[in-house]
Amino acid sequence: MFYEEFLKINKELIKKAVNSGDKTRVETAVKKESVSYEDFLALLSPAAASLLDSMAIRSREMTQKHFGKNINMYIPLYISNECSNECAYCGFNRKNKINRKTLSEEEVKAELEGIKSLGYNSILLLTGEAPDKAGLDYVARCVALARKYFTQVSLEIYPMDTDGYKKLVDNGATGLTVYQETYDPETYKKVHLSGQKKNFEWRINTPDRAAQAGFRKIGIGALLGLYDWRTEAAYVGAHAAYIMKKYWKTEVSVSFPRMRGSSSGFKPSEIISDKELVQMIFALRIFTKFAGITLSTREAADFRDNMISLGVTNMSAGSKTNPGGYVGSESEGQFEICDDRSVREILDAIKSRGYYPVFKDWADTFGGNK
Amino acid sequence: MDDILKIADREFKSRFMIGTGKFPSDEIMNRCLEASEAEIITVAVRRVDLENPNADIMSALDPKKIFILPNTSGAQNADEAVRTAMLARGMGLSNWIKLEVTPDPKYLWPDGDETLKAAKILVKEGFVVLPYIGPDPVLAKKLEDAGTATVMPLASPIGTNKGMKSVDTIKIIIEQAGIPVVIDAGIGSPSDAALAMELGADAVMINTAISASPEPVKMAEAFKLASRAGRFAYLAGMAEKRDTARPSSPTKWLVK
Repeated sequence: MFYEEFLKINKELIKKAVNSGDKTRVETAVKKESVSYEDFLALLSPAAASLLDSMAIRSREMTQKHFGKNINMYIPLYISNECSNECAYCGFNRKNKINRKTLSEEEVKAELEGIKSLGYNSILLLTGEAPDKAGLDYVARCVALARKYFTQVSLEIYPMDTDGYKKLVDNGATGLTVYQETYDPETYKKVHLSGQKKNFEWRINTPDRAAQAGFRKIGIGALLGLYDWRTEAAYVGAHAAYIMKKYWKTEVSVSFPRMRGSSSGFKPSEIISDKELVQMIFALRIFTKFAGITLSTREAADFRDNMISLGVTNMSAGSKTNPGGYVGSESEGQFEICDDRSVREILDAIKSRGYYPVFKDWADTFGGNK
Repeated sequence: MDDILKIADREFKSRFMIGTGKFPSDEIMNRCLEASEAEIITVAVRRVDLENPNADIMSALDPKKIFILPNTSGAQNADEAVRTAMLARGMGLSNWIKLEVTPDPKYLWPDGDETLKAAKILVKEGFVVLPYIGPDPVLAKKLEDAGTATVMPLASPIGTNKGMKSVDTIKIIIEQAGIPVVIDAGIGSPSDAALAMELGADAVMINTAISASPEPVKMAEAFKLASRAGRFAYLAGMAEKRDTARPSSPTKWLVK
């Protein structure tokens, strides 16, 4: 399991490497077919900041080589904002006084139909961690329902055991995303005040359990703003490389959620600039050349547009982060949407850059789909 | 005399097949098709969305002008590949299937065991099977024995544009084959396609090298010309390679 590997990683060496990379090493790494982990750390260092253009060109080349000029389109559907955790940064924090809602199956159906009419075939179902209100059986029923409309049903839900995940795969779930939030155990402890999520080891081993249960696509990432971004990115890279090597049939994607305003009122410990985020994305692309890269509507429209041709492979459009949001419910969202353009506007932006928005990239005959 | 490529019961004038993946737009794909004069195009079943005909790749292709060959790309084992082929037939796409079984999503290297297993089932089910394989001469013969219509060995890993890295084993496959051999995957430049055809391959399959070119339409035409040149050279027969020069008429002195 990854936790054992994580313990072997020398945190001080990572910190030192990401903060003291030398420019020559970065220049060499950008030209390599396959970069080592040490090269990757150099690409995350301040020394690489002056070579962003070279990194961008390499990132673009590597992405086009493996993924072509395709952008996979997905859309999130929050089915519940109930949560038993107390995460300092999250709008769903159980102590926050917000309108809570778990969609009934009828409401889920209405949302699915609303989303389907936008042309989507790939959906991401999300919940807070509330096993008593949005438990395994409920999620499994939602997955089965979603599979009637969508060829790909991915999940961003609380960590479960392997058997729980198997049940979801059997019901047609194809992918699972789980952010570690922060790879620094001390910070993790400080921001996860109560609830099951306090268990760092349980969470960091979640991608292992998901891969063992048969999810074909696994997404990982860190919530940027909780800890030093260079170190977080170093761990995300190590985690992605570990999953790809150990679960060689599994596709890995990486996401870079920057902390946004939420009803929690939490102030990030650091603000990650566009330039820093871009460096992180390029470094990860160059290191994990086969990983998908997801850019959600947390990011601003012009930032997303500019990144279309520089390494991104998955994008959402027209997103709502509150349960029932697609049919007009007044429940609370998890975070603020930055790119609130319509699906049509985002598709036009993708096409105008010579890229192809892909709505369907999965067959009913694959994986857990029966 | 026409030089016809015959696969199963169909005849093709072109020996150049093209893929649909990675093009930036349907319009560019169609212009490439026209420039290439290809007669077969492969389409991933996983990409076909008959519920959304306007947004679907199928709406961009004219089956009267080009033969659409569905493929099982994305299948990780024989079971998924067989079910995907059945799905394609059920959709009314074709009973021809380009069989791709690639459990590894990174290099998309074909799984020989699972490909053979799927091929046997599909042939029995009445499919015309064109399997994508590694450059493995024994597997190629086993597939032929199983009744596949072609074998499609890769030249180098898919999408790499690294060209004919497996010339020696591909030569063996071609020499032993009783069915058409189509070189699939890895061909990166027109000279690679020409080499494949010079070696006696029956056809070449190109995608990334065209779609990822800065000028895809011009590149499609370049591949058309190169594959033709290679084919003509093969048909003409190469002059022998030698290390030293030889007089052209060594017995001229006998003529008095």
